[in-house]
Formats: sequence, C-alpha cells, structure tokens
Amino acid sequence: MQRIGVFICWCGSNIGGVVDVPAVAREAAKFHGVVYSAEYKYMCSEPGQEMIVSAIKEHRLTGVVVASCSPTLHEITFRKNIARAGLNPYMLEMANIREQCSWVHQHEPEKATKKAIELVRRAVAKAGKLEPLFESAIPVTKRALIIGGGIAGIQAALDIADAGNEVVIVEREPTIGGKMVLLDKTFPTLDCSACISTPKMVSAAQHPNIKIYTYAEVEEVKGYIGNFSVVVKQKARSVNSNCTGCGACWAKCPTKNIPNEFDLGMSMRKAIYVPFPQAVPNRPVIDRERCRQFVKGKCGVCKKFCPTDAIDYEQGDEFITENVGAILAATGYDLIDWTKIYGEYGYGKYPDVVTGLHFERMVNASGPTGGKILRPSDGEQPKTVVFIKCVGSRDEAKAKEYCSRACCMYTAKHAHQVLEKIPGSQVVIFYIDVRCAGKAYEEFYLKTLHEGAIYTRGRVSKIYPEGNHLIVKGADTLLGRPVEVVADLVVLATAMIPSAGSADVARTVGFTVDKDGFFQEAHPKLRPVETNTGGVFLAGVCQGPKDIPDTVAQASAAAAKIIGLLSHSEIAGEPTIACVNEAMCSGCLACRGICPYRAIEPKEIVERLPGKQVTRVVASVNSGLCQGCGACTVACRPGALNLKGFTNEQLLSEVDALCQ
Amino acid sequence: MMQQPIVIDDRKSDLSKEVLLHSGQDSSLCFQCGKCTAGCPVAFAMDLTPNQIMRMVQLGLTDDVLNSQTIRLCAYCSTCSVRCPRNIGVADVMDSLRIMAAERNIPGTDRSRKVNIFNQAFLDTLKMFGRSHEVLAMLLFNLRSCQPFHNAKLGLKMFNNGKIKLKPDRVKAVNEVKEIFQRINRLRKGA
Amino acid sequence: MKVAYYPGCSYETSGKDYEISAKMVCNKLGIDLVEIPDWSCCGSTAAHSTDHLLAVSLAARNLALVEKMGFDTVTASCSACYQRLALAQAELAQDKKLLEQVNEITGYDYKAAVKVNSILEIIAGLDEESIKAKITRSMEIFRIAPYYGCLLVRPSKVKIDDPENPTIMDRMLQTTGAQVVDWSHKTECCGASLSVSNNDIVISLVSRIIKAANAADANCIVTACALCHLNLDYYQSFATQTKGALKEMPIFYFPQILGLAMGFSKKDMGVEYNITDTSELVKKVV
Repeated sequence: MQRIGVFICWCGSNIGGVVDVPAVAREAAKFHGVVYSAEYKYMCSEPGQEMIVSAIKEHRLTGVVVASCSPTLHEITFRKNIARAGLNPYMLEMANIREQCSWVHQHEPEKATKKAIELVRRAVAKAGKLEPLFESAIPVTKRALIIGGGIAGIQAALDIADAGNEVVIVEREPTIGGKMVLLDKTFPTLDCSACISTPKMVSAAQHPNIKIYTYAEVEEVKGYIGNFSVVVKQKARSVNSNCTGCGACWAKCPTKNIPNEFDLGMSMRKAIYVPFPQAVPNRPVIDRERCRQFVKGKCGVCKKFCPTDAIDYEQGDEFITENVGAILAATGYDLIDWTKIYGEYGYGKYPDVVTGLHFERMVNASGPTGGKILRPSDGEQPKTVVFIKCVGSRDEAKAKEYCSRACCMYTAKHAHQVLEKIPGSQVVIFYIDVRCAGKAYEEFYLKTLHEGAIYTRGRVSKIYPEGNHLIVKGADTLLGRPVEVVADLVVLATAMIPSAGSADVARTVGFTVDKDGFFQEAHPKLRPVETNTGGVFLAGVCQGPKDIPDTVAQASAAAAKIIGLLSHSEIAGEPTIACVNEAMCSGCLACRGICPYRAIEPKEIVERLPGKQVTRVVASVNSGLCQGCGACTVACRPGALNLKGFTNEQLLSEVDALCQ
Repeated sequence: MMQQPIVIDDRKSDLSKEVLLHSGQDSSLCFQCGKCTAGCPVAFAMDLTPNQIMRMVQLGLTDDVLNSQTIRLCAYCSTCSVRCPRNIGVADVMDSLRIMAAERNIPGTDRSRKVNIFNQAFLDTLKMFGRSHEVLAMLLFNLRSCQPFHNAKLGLKMFNNGKIKLKPDRVKAVNEVKEIFQRINRLRKGA
Repeated sequence: MKVAYYPGCSYETSGKDYEISAKMVCNKLGIDLVEIPDWSCCGSTAAHSTDHLLAVSLAARNLALVEKMGFDTVTASCSACYQRLALAQAELAQDKKLLEQVNEITGYDYKAAVKVNSILEIIAGLDEESIKAKITRSMEIFRIAPYYGCLLVRPSKVKIDDPENPTIMDRMLQTTGAQVVDWSHKTECCGASLSVSNNDIVISLVSRIIKAANAADANCIVTACALCHLNLDYYQSFATQTKGALKEMPIFYFPQILGLAMGFSKKDMGVEYNITDTSELVKKVV
C-alpha cells in the first residue's frame, strides 16, 4: 500500500489567484492512499522543497504528487528533490494545474478549482501505481561521424576535433568543400569564398583527429547514441594512395569534353580528373562511365604516364566499418531544376537564362570564363542583366512554398558585381520582397541600390527571345504597370532543395524529414541542431535553407552539442522506455514496423513447457535506441509492450480516476 | 484622378466572401507578387492591373472594383491562373466580378461599356434563335454603341470571302433555350 | 470510331473552313462525327461573363443531348465551344447540387457522364501510323508556327496539354512532313472576343503574334480555334501595314494542313475562304 503525499502550489497568484488552493488540498487529503496533503506559495522554492523532504521523512511517504506547473518546467527539480529524501526519483507524479487549468480558465475560478481537484485525483491514482525506475549507464565512443564535407561538415569537424575527439567525414564527391568553394565572393563583406574556405579544407585534411573519406557514402548505420556502428562505402576511385597529385594523368587523358560538374557543365574535363585545382584530397578519380579503358577495354594512357604507379583499374568498392558515438548530418542542398517546371521561362531552352550558381562560376576568376561575365550563347558581354528572385521559392503552385533565404542577398551581390565589372551596364532585379535580415545585410542592399540596380517589385511572367535579346515580361506592382525589359542575360535565383540522396541518408541513419524533405530538428527553437534520434545532429541547409554565416553558426552549435556528448565516458539512459512482457508477446512484431527509431528487434527465447523445450520469437527493445514515444505499446495487440512510467495499468488508473 | 485615402474596414465589406462564393477562389491568399499583371495580355489597356484588382478585393473596395474597366477587359485567357504561385484562379475572380457588376446593372464606361454591350447583343441573338448570330450581334453592337460603321471593313471582307450568312440558324426547340433564360431570370428575381 | 459532334455557331460563317476541313479529315481517318441533333449555343464568353448558372445551363443542354444520343464522348472543333462544354462538364461532374439545379433549369435529366474532347485530341488519339498511312503529299515547304491560343491549354481544369509549351498539334503536323518551328507565342492570347468591342487591343496582340511568327521564320500559322483564326487572319493586315518589315502570314486550321497532305483539293479544305492569301503557299503542294 502506497503512502502518498500531495503538495499543491499557489505559484504566487498564477494558480492561487484563480484556483482555491486550500480547498484542493483539503479534497486531496480524502483521496485513496493519501496520507498527507499540503499547500504552499512556491513549491519549487527552497522552503517549498524542504517542506516536501521533511514530509517524506516524517510521514514515511512512498510516493509524491506535486500539483503545480507543467512537468516540462519542474519535473526534474522535484525528482531531484524527492531523491534527496531517499525516494526513487520516479515515484513522483505531477498535476499541471497552471498551464492546463488556472491560465486557461482565468474567468471561471469555480470550475477551475473543480478541474484542479480532478487533475490531482488523476495524479494520485497514478502515483498509487508507480514503481521505482532506474537509469541505465550507456558507454560513449568518443568519435563522431559527419556526413557531408561542405562548409558545415568541415566547420563542425574542426570544432569537434580541436576538442580532442576523433572525427570521420564521409563526402560523396571526390573532394570536400561542398557548394561554398563554387562561389566567387560572399555577401555582405565580399571576401573571396575560396580564399576563406580552402584553408579550412586543408586544415581538416591535415588535422590529426580528422579522417576524410571522399567519393564515399554511408551504407549502413546500426546502434544507438554513444554506440553507432557505421559502414562506409568507399567507391572505387581507380587511383590508389601512391598518387602525389602531379597531374600527369589528367594532362595526358585522351577523353576530353566531358561537361565538368564543378563548373555546372560550362567547362570540360577529362575522364580522369580532380574537380578543381584546390581539391582536397588532391587525388583524381576515374569516371568509369566515360573512361576508354572501362568503356572500350583499351587505353591505359594514364597508367602509362603515372610516375608513381597509382592507377588501379582493378580497384573495387570497399566497405569500412567505423564506430562512433555521435552522427552529424550536413548533407547540404541542390538548386531546384527549374527547367522541368518553368515553361514560361523557356524550360531551359534559352542558353542566356542561367541560375545564380552559373553566374557564380562565371564571375569567379577560377571559373570557365576566367571571371568574365559572358553570355553563354555567343560569349558576348551582356549590357542589360535581369535577375529574377523566387524562382521555385514562394511558389507552391509550381514548386516550393518556402523562402530560400539566401537569394535576396546573393542577388544583391550579383547586381553589384555586374555593375562593377561591366561599365555602362544596366541591372534590373524583379522581386516580391527584399529580405535582408542579417548583420550588415540591409546596408549591402542599399549600397546596391545606390550603385544603380533597378529593383522592380513584381514577378516575371514570361521570358522569350527576340533577335539577339531576351524579352522579360514583368510588372511594377508599385506603379501598377506591366514592364518589359530587353535583356542580354537573365539570372534566376532558384530555390534551394535538400540535396539529392538526402532522403536516403535520413532513412539509413534513422531520423525524420519535414514536408519539403529537409531534416527535421527536435524543436524549432530550443533544440535546433538535434534530431529526435538520440546522438544524431544536424547542421546547414539540410535542415532548412540558410546562408553561409548561419550554416557555420549552426555547425559550431552542433559541434558543441556533440563535444558535450563525447565529453562523458558514460551517459545516463532514460528509464522511461518500452519493455516487453515476453510471456505475453506473441512474436507478431507489429511493433517493429511502427517503431520510428528501429529500436525493436526479434529475439529467440527458449521456454520450458512440461516435458519439452520450445523456441519462439519475441520482440525485444534496444534500450539505447528506444526514445520512449510509446507507439509500439499502441500497436501491441496482446498488450505485451509497456512504456515504463506510462504502463497500461497506470494510464487506465488515471482514466478511471477522471471518469469517477 | 483623386487619390482619396482608403478607409480600411473589412467588417463593412463582404466583397472577398462574395467573390469566394461566386468563383470558389480565395483572394485572401494573394501576396501581390504581380505575376498576373506581368503576364496579362490586356493589362496595357486596363485602368487597374489584375494585381490591383486582387488587392482591392482583399480590402473590400467594392465600388472601385466593380466600376473598373479591367473586370470586363479580361479575356479569360487564364494565363494568370496557370502561373499564379498561390494557385488562385485569377481569371475566375475576374469572371465573378463582371457577373457581380452585371447583377448590379453597372453598365461600365468606355471600353468596358463596349464589352458589356457586345455581350448583351450576343446573348440577345442567342435568346432569339437558340444559336448566336454573328452579323446581327455585330449590328446590334454598332447600333447600341452608336458607331454604325464600326468593323464595316471586316464585315465586307468576310462577306467577300463567303464567311457571312444573313439568314439566322434557328434551333427547332428554341423555346427550350428561351426557357433557360426565363428560369434563371425568375430565380434571380426570386432571390 | 463514332463521336458526337458539336459544330458551334460559327460553323457556317467565320469557322466555315474549319468545319469543312475537320469533317473531311475525320471522315478519311475513320472518325464518324455525328452531329448533335438540334444543338444550341454554348453561351460563349457573353454567358459566362454575365451569369455563371446561365453559362453552365446553356452548355449542359447540349451535353444532355449527347447523353440522349447514347454517346459517351462529344467533340467540338471550335476551341471556345470545347472550353465551355468541358468547364461545364467538370463542374457538373463535381457538384451534385449544381447538377440538380441545372437539370431543373434545362428540363433535362443529365447524369454528367459525358466526356468532352477537343477535335485535336480526338485526332491525336489515333495512332500516328494510321495518320501517316493516309499522307500522300509532303508538306515540307510549310514552315508552320503552331498556334494553340488559350482555350485548349488553360485553365488547368480543362487543359489538353502543357499550358506553356504544348506539343500535341506540333507532333500531328510533323506527320505530314511539314516543318514545325519553335516559337515564343504558341499560347499567347489573341484578344478573343474583344475583337468586336475593342479591336485596337486585338490588333496590338495579333501584331505581336505575327511578329513572333516572322521572327521564327515561319511561313504560316496553324490554329485550332475559329476565333483565333478570325483575329489572326483579319487583323494581321493592320500589323503588317504599320510594320512594313513583317511578312504576311497565311493562317490555316490544322485539319486543312492534314487534309492537303492527305491529297484533298484546295476546295475540299476550304482554303479559299481565308482572308490572308494562302494560294502562294498552297499551290506549291497542290
């Protein structure tokens, strides 16, 4: 028989101003199992907590009910509090009579008091069924895996590694660097993107705690927080570690004119190539789909000219297992393929309609035009350049409802660059809103205006060619008139979308994505860099569109969280997880399919029946993976699954109490 | 044009609700990107651009909207509707606005008056014969808009090319068509 | 294949050549167009601009007649008629209450199960080889700017192809060996019925279309709509007169091209009814 103490809090006037707290305490004293009932102005205060400790000792309480605010606020406070008096901390039940009672029923105090009594009755009923729970100790592997070697992944890797932990980066492309190394200058400071990102790439490569896999993918993830086992697929590079990056192979390779992905097809590469001169590692790969040796079975030029015998045509894919304690997803973005969606802009058939990323490559001194802004159609310098914002963003009819956040600023930067590089040029920017929320962003926009960019408020409805030019049909909604611009080059600020394959990463690692495919953070405000899966973190555009400063900030934030996790040799496992009553489990494993954390596995058990032994399958819960969501308990037909702290019996007793 | 301040009081006007009822289109979704105006083939001849009409519907400026020429100059080409990022059938909004103007017997001015006169002339021939009659509709339009020789050259060309027929093409059950008009008339008056 | 056929009020006047050529070509292709007995006007722009219920009811009477004929599909050559019938059908099939109300008004008991297809869709529905088999003349001298206008591709509820770059007619015309040019004004509006009340607007729009066809180096424009045809055919003289550099563009209906390719005579295809001069081009193949 439980001996329950009830403690009702006034929370100053927050509860006491509405609910008749002494009346609730008087009623609570009458509930079954209650041996002590008291009220106090601030139960969470030092004297309030002392009051609970002494009552536990004095009245030999076995369970405690605190009726106050939401458990999110003070459940941990009171758990620690009763533990000081020698009770198991999980022998506490809270009744929320503030957020769910006094605050929402301010104008009906009598009903509020009645409701508070009901809520306390519920809590007492549950307290009567509580059982002591014990936290488990989970060992932590002090290594982190980072998926994606863009600026987010690199920044986080450096932060984590500098704190003394090992880091493994897995990057799909043949080099790390991501999208940032493609860019020319970065807003609002106009510093050279490559100049600030390539040193970080080198630092990562040279860091004794960082191991980098490029041209690799995460194949499989098993385990749980602190104890992940990851299989990395190292795709065959066809070039082994003898390579010094001398460049003889790609200089001699006879297969030319393959569109270079790094320049978005605006320049050509060989079949054996490094994506760009500052690539890390500076080791080429062979594009086996294009290489003559692989396509036709004969060539061997690169092998012949390699001075270090690094070319290995026989090399196969390799699978390596890495054990880590934390995982950071930083898989970045792609730009939406507008050519499939926007017929009114020509479905990509006009060569002089390009995306902002094409423009970046063009204006970049190491890009395909050596930094000159030229029309792809005829290589001429454009005089009138039109920028169209929100192509694919803010357009739920054709593409995405959301704002891609970085476009307003990079378009302002592009406008500046056109006006700076092409004397006498004209820039027209079609916009819906100019969004410059960021340090020194508004100032940058104003500078662009001052330099002569013509901002026109209206969306473009159609682009079509006329002679050597493009006619851009837009509107000036501020004047209420249609606008037509005779343009030489049109640059589209296309929407950012999660990078190709990011859904597979989410599936492989085991966390959720939002409606647009971006990785879902645990809480949009309070847990922005964590997923709902323990030990898995997020950074960069894979979580939602953002610019470089925000990406780097988020990467360091995620790194801090990971460093925090890895600073422990053991972490406490929450005891409020699912458990299986093996005697009742039928082994149907309906729970396995429903578990979002892949925490349920089949297990064989041996049962002794009279005269024989029977082997059968039952469900088993991995305590490291289980997050205590309770989905499995609902799916379990025989009722064999129970969530500790929220057992079927406990919940039913609450329902009974409320239905009295 | 006088620029009187707009008095915003959406409790006074049910314009956007009426538009919703007529067209099924929710004009409150519009975020004024202006793509409708940018693509509208007739915008250059309108007194208010399509996005201005949408804004006025949002603000409940009934008189301005229903007296604008725009609502009747819209050719229902629906370029706006298929390109609207908010999935609003802007052309259907325009359609509902000219219907509302017709309900309130707003004759329109200048260009829109001419559109209205032609539409009525067209419907008159339809009512008479069960099928429309191009020549008669054009003649009625000329008479009612006081421009007797309007499009005479077009008529002549078509005549010369054998594309004009003076004798009306009459539906045998023309009464059925007349009934349609009458029943709707009674329905409108009853309501 | 038998299909109910809705000629539309312009069938003996401005759309005469369309009607004649479409019927001939369909006949040759084994499509039996059965005219709806005692059909009435679809209401066109005038009705839907005045009263929504009137517009739906006028169209519904004809749809009900199709149902009475025992046909499940109706086609119209005129795009305006197609759009009115198709929009009414879409609404009636979706809204039971509206259907009841409309049946009360028309006096018919329409079940809303008729499919409305444009004649372009009906012909395009045949397999390409069966069209090709009938082709006897190569039309390669024709550099066609295919003009779809609005009514076949917008709004989305009744579109027969992509609203920004439809290709259904392009592909059909290519079977005749004709060249089809890629051009910018395939689906730009011609101004439709404003041609009577505000023809200056139509002249301006038609000018742009003619200019674009010129820029694409087409030698004719092909349409699938009687109203587009009239506007382009008649009002282009105003454009070519003021902008001297522009070439006159003969305007054909798509079945005229198919028919000529199938060996029909000029007269069979009614090409002499055109206002712009078609003879220069036609005489090169006939």
